[in-house]
Amino acid sequence: MEQKTRINAVDGRQEITITREFDLPLSLLFKAYEAPEIVAQWMGTKVIKLDNKKHGSYIFETTDPRGNKHIFSGVIHEFVPESKITRTFEMEQTPFDPQLEFLEFEPLSETRSKLTMHVIYRSVALRDQILQLPFAQGINMAHNRLQDIASKLK
Amino acid sequence: MNLRRDVFQAIADPTRRGILLLVAAQSMTAGAIASNFDTARPTVSKHLQILTECELLKQEQNGREVYYHLNPQKMKEIADFIEPFRTMWEDRFNKLEDIMKNYKQNDSK
Repeated sequence: MEQKTRINAVDGRQEITITREFDLPLSLLFKAYEAPEIVAQWMGTKVIKLDNKKHGSYIFETTDPRGNKHIFSGVIHEFVPESKITRTFEMEQTPFDPQLEFLEFEPLSETRSKLTMHVIYRSVALRDQILQLPFAQGINMAHNRLQDIASKLK
Repeated sequence: MNLRRDVFQAIADPTRRGILLLVAAQSMTAGAIASNFDTARPTVSKHLQILTECELLKQEQNGREVYYHLNPQKMKEIADFIEPFRTMWEDRFNKLEDIMKNYKQNDSK
């Protein structure tokens, strides 16, 4: 199967780049990031707050199959419609430090567009830990326990 | 012995992936790791042994306790260790694309 989403993670660097070309015009791709009700659908999360502007912020709340709530949040540094979003991203109640994200949206044609997501982590070690997290997919139990443990650390 | 194959076999098991996730966040004792799983303690010990043998986990003596921590070097050797992360984004973006294609249709009505 064709891989539309590419990830560039150079060994020993504290950053990654995620790129994806969409079979959508730029305006629709950007709308999927702008409209809270649409973000909620594709991210599979509840959008508590999404204040799309410079100095704005967002809060997402995801409920896992066990009923545990996980909060993902960040602040927005730059919001240029159909062009650029600069923001932080944090998994609250975990030992993981926030990351800085640069999202760039560009048109490829009338009907196609591209997203480039440049993510910067506090350290190489943290980046590698975060990249390994999706091993958790399908083992929510371990993930929930991770949350439990992390919250006890606070 | 084919170590590389063993590493992939090691991460093919969901409990062992769960263990790797746990210790990715912090070093833990065998007891603390076992308390996160419904599996019997000896079974978890066996998993820890396999993960240690293929060097995905390292043991560290701290006083009377033995702590397990992730060996990031070994994790990197897994050529496609990034694949689950990529798949997660691929799934999300596919969903985004599907939703917006429908949105476009609804919009043009």
